[in-house]
Amino acid sequence: MEDKAMVFLKRNEFGKIKEINGCEDVKKRLFELGLRRGAGVRILKNDIGPLILNVSGCKMALGRGLARNIILSI
Amino acid sequence: MNTIALVGNPNSGKTTLFNALTGSNQHVGNWPGVTVEKKEGQLKFNGNIYNIVDLPGTYSLGAYSEDEVVARDFIIKGNPDVVINVVDATNIERNLYLTTQLMEMGTKVIIALNMMDEAKSKNIDIDIEKLSQNLGIPVIPTIAAKKKGIDSLIQKAVEFINEDIYNYDPISYGENIDKEIHDIRILLKGSSREYPNNWIAIKALEGDKEVLNKLKSNELVNQHLISLADKASEYELEIVDRRYNFIGNIIHSSVNRPTESRETLTDKIDKIVTNKYLGIPIFAIIMFVSFQLTFVIGSDLLGGYVEGWIENLGGWLSGILLTLNTPDWLLSFLIDGVVGGVGAVVVFVPLIAVLYFFLGILEDTGYMARAAYVMDGLMRALGLHGKTFISMIVGFGCNVPGIMSTRTLENKKDRMIALLINPFMSCGARFPIYLVFISAFFADNGGIVLFLIYGLGIIVALVMGKIFSKTLFKGESSHFIMELPPYRLPSFRSVIRDMWDKVWDFLQRAGTIIFIVVTLLWILSIFPLGVEPYSQESLLGKIGTIIAPIFAPAGFGTWQASVSLFAGIAAKEAVVAVLGMVYGGASEGRELISAIQQAFTPLAAISFLVMTLLYTPCAAVLATVKKETNSIGWTVFMAVYPFIIGWVGAVFVYQVGSILGL
Repeated sequence: MEDKAMVFLKRNEFGKIKEINGCEDVKKRLFELGLRRGAGVRILKNDIGPLILNVSGCKMALGRGLARNIILSI
Repeated sequence: MNTIALVGNPNSGKTTLFNALTGSNQHVGNWPGVTVEKKEGQLKFNGNIYNIVDLPGTYSLGAYSEDEVVARDFIIKGNPDVVINVVDATNIERNLYLTTQLMEMGTKVIIALNMMDEAKSKNIDIDIEKLSQNLGIPVIPTIAAKKKGIDSLIQKAVEFINEDIYNYDPISYGENIDKEIHDIRILLKGSSREYPNNWIAIKALEGDKEVLNKLKSNELVNQHLISLADKASEYELEIVDRRYNFIGNIIHSSVNRPTESRETLTDKIDKIVTNKYLGIPIFAIIMFVSFQLTFVIGSDLLGGYVEGWIENLGGWLSGILLTLNTPDWLLSFLIDGVVGGVGAVVVFVPLIAVLYFFLGILEDTGYMARAAYVMDGLMRALGLHGKTFISMIVGFGCNVPGIMSTRTLENKKDRMIALLINPFMSCGARFPIYLVFISAFFADNGGIVLFLIYGLGIIVALVMGKIFSKTLFKGESSHFIMELPPYRLPSFRSVIRDMWDKVWDFLQRAGTIIFIVVTLLWILSIFPLGVEPYSQESLLGKIGTIIAPIFAPAGFGTWQASVSLFAGIAAKEAVVAVLGMVYGGASEGRELISAIQQAFTPLAAISFLVMTLLYTPCAAVLATVKKETNSIGWTVFMAVYPFIIGWVGAVFVYQVGSILGL
């Protein structure tokens, strides 16, 4: 097990959300959109611009700033 | 009449279900005081009529956006007899999150488990009986797009209206929070009953800004909340976690989803259209083709018909009026003013309709979300949100829908910037102005001039966006979070229906505000009585003469140019029409072009084009700004600041050009 910010994951890597840093509002919004503690995330694209990921069957685009604050355990 | 409300996540097929329930019996309005669209319709079932309200698509029922507040206020205060919660079967976990909040409100709710076909193709196995039992809520499987399960859904909803109870248990948030909720409920006893106390307590612990605001007057509760101190933020997320735990327990035994999902068609398409090299070029090509088709079909093919009809209508009407011995002034008002003026705007209906048709298809297929995605990087560098670009694209057709489409920006700052820069996107109505001046002066380089004009508009919009984000609207642009829904074949009927709603909106605008403005212009042109209409002696001409010196430094300080710009504030189409009238009744063809060649130098023509591109948006846009911002201040700002920028730009072009000896 290793902890990494989401933004450092490569395409097709998988991890579980361990924690989210940042202000409460943003955190809560992410939780509500399904990016909550314990959720499994697969990275579909991470080169330039927002990341694209799959969270429990749903495809999301997420800005890099946010992805820096989401810590996954791999 | 009983009311049934529809709630659900965006992309859950809620609108498709709404259409399936109501057919063509629907109308679109606005929720009072906000810019959120309100869709209502009627359902006939067993001889009864039910009112169906389509609430905005939301992920949650907090106070995150206007949409969420509208939805939850309606559920609580609008007293719907039953709420249908549309749940996307391919994404049950997150969709049920909204359901948990309906349960907290004590809503009488049934679930339409939609997109069962897609769930099946993804091998998601759902035990509906068990899911319903675990939740304590009836669950009816549906495929709204194929109209499957609709009858059983209606049957159940109607049955439920007459039942008085709901069967679900309250969600537990753990010992500490449950106790807090209990304590706050006791403190709330006896206070206003506008909202259920249980819900107020939960929302207060969640730090919901709206609810906290409402509780301000309640000393006891406030004291209690303050005493929680840093535990409060802990609770906030704990509550969300507990809701998910609750969902987890429910679907654990009723939903079986394969862990490793294979690459879908959507994934394959996305690999290409969001590719770091191909993304932007593909987007550019798609937009280019859409615009080309819009102009070919909307303007060349259909526009001519409408123009013909309006001319025939004018001829027919004047024929009748003449036999009735109508006085000249009334004749001139009805034919030149009403038919000519409103007609000048109605000519654009096919263009707008076709543009909406293409944009509707791009939206319905799911591509628009990808477009916002590929543009985000570029826009972010300018302090703007990726979705801003979509509203700019729409603005190329017409700035009114462009401004309306800024509604998809959730953050107030992002939305205001997108709204304020939209009029710099050169709309279809300004196109004829360019055409006239290009054929007068730059016939050999028309394409390049057009490209430069449109390009200048985009650059000014982006620069102003950057300036606004550094001055008037400081602070972080909201983060980019967006769902990328699976690609779907667009439903032809729903695209057409959406298109029609918007065209109708435009026609109403043309029928009211544009009619008024056109009438005023016409009155100005014939008074004082006896003068040659549209001459310098008319009021309109005098106004032009007064304004003219303002434009002298820009090289077009003539009363004719001034008056056409003045009329352009009514509607941009009027610029060419008025130029035609004031240059000695020249029609819009060759005569007008040679008149313009004599009145303008090539440099003054460029300067005039810069002005028409950038200056004050038309009355319809200003009316929309008023409606969307609900602020006279911003409406005035929108009228004034583009004028200053246009003027400075035009003067700059003319003065620098003069120095260079052009």
